[in-house]
Amino acid sequence: MIIVGEKINTSRKAIAEAVGKKDAAAVQAVARAQADAGAQYIDVNAGTFLEQEKVLLPWLVETVQEAVDAPLCLDSPNPEALKEAMAVHKGRPLINSISLEKDRYDALLPVVAENPCQVVALCMAQAAMPTTADERIAVGAELIEKLTSAGMALEDIFVDPLVQPVSVDVRMGPAVLAAIAGIGERFPGVGTICGLSNISFGLPARRLINRHFLGLALSHGLSAAICDPTDAEFMSALAAVNMLLGRDEYCVEFIDAYEKGLFSKHA
Amino acid sequence: MDFTALSETVIKGNMDGAVQETQKALDAGSDPQQILDQGLIAAMDVVGEKFSQGTMFVPQMLRSAKTMQACVALLKPQFQAGTVSSKGKIVMGTVKGDLHDIGKNLVAMMLEGAGFTIVDLGVDVAPEAFVKAVADESPQILGMSALLSTTMPSMKATIEALKQAGHRDKVKVMIGGAPVTSQFAKEIGADRYAPDAGSAVSEVKGMMAAG
Repeated sequence: MIIVGEKINTSRKAIAEAVGKKDAAAVQAVARAQADAGAQYIDVNAGTFLEQEKVLLPWLVETVQEAVDAPLCLDSPNPEALKEAMAVHKGRPLINSISLEKDRYDALLPVVAENPCQVVALCMAQAAMPTTADERIAVGAELIEKLTSAGMALEDIFVDPLVQPVSVDVRMGPAVLAAIAGIGERFPGVGTICGLSNISFGLPARRLINRHFLGLALSHGLSAAICDPTDAEFMSALAAVNMLLGRDEYCVEFIDAYEKGLFSKHA
Repeated sequence: MDFTALSETVIKGNMDGAVQETQKALDAGSDPQQILDQGLIAAMDVVGEKFSQGTMFVPQMLRSAKTMQACVALLKPQFQAGTVSSKGKIVMGTVKGDLHDIGKNLVAMMLEGAGFTIVDLGVDVAPEAFVKAVADESPQILGMSALLSTTMPSMKATIEALKQAGHRDKVKVMIGGAPVTSQFAKEIGADRYAPDAGSAVSEVKGMMAAG
């Protein structure tokens, strides 16, 4: 599974402070910690800075890529900020995200179609958030068809089925899982991605819920997750699930993780 | 009459029990307004407090609110038209460009549980639509929600639109949503910021008390 490290986001207080002061060392430390823990992509988000985002997002790209040799996940719906950030990005970024909301789609399509990149296709339609698996699959399918017609390769599209909290409606768990499986069946080669932690909003013991949801999502075919790779319990769960799904030949990675001391003594 | 048993069933989200207790209170000749205030709304106050303290969680809050709604449905025919006292009117919505409704719905539900009348404009509500609702409904409070940093500026635009239409002084403005902060509320000239549904209720009560 592809891990997108979620921690460089200005909605987190420490990051907002670091970005506000342009404290490159602080940002780079968070980037390195995530890459060392196994993140293949580093997410960067300066959304809370509103008008300054178009200056700060490219600053984050340069700052992070100075420290870490990895592609970034550019987390913004703002075409201006994305263009500036893509101009300084080394390699192909993952753009997070385009959706079927008309204004957002129209603004972002040229940005993703005209530049080398991968893209997250968020299952959000014009009128309302999807609730059922079928609604999610329908929005995902329409986005995939539009993006491929615009010249994007199937392999460069990651559909985000939009995780919603089970605390509000317990059907949200099965709906997202069925959507992950459904999109994978209908469009072999396309990726699926989600931010897992939204599933546990409004409940206690959120990290426990997130870990189990990870296992379920992977068994339904999830190919990428936006998560905190420095969370050892989460990464332990990932190692076990990968092995159990037959993706870890001779259980090499699982045993490696054990020997590196990733698992708690109670594991 | 003592409504402790009724309150406890509502706090627990025991719908059948709460409906029975409500019926019992009615049969005993209790005033429906008292049942509402001292039994149901008092229970939801406790739920809101516990939620804010982190000792109750969203599904429990939802269940309590649904339980209260079932009891209110039983009480309604007992009120003569126009005799239910509302604690005040609140117009609410998620701002333009934003489709997130979970947080807004939780806040609306808890405010309703606290005895306020809610006019819910839904999601993707343009500044003009908020202004029109303030003009038409004359609420004491306008509540706006935004879950995206990109839609937060629409809160500011709505406050500006209220000023231009000459309605800003007639209504208090409360805002909330994951990326929203009290600092942002100050910057855009909102009156209050509420981080969750429980504190939204106490903020609204504070504003109503201040007049």
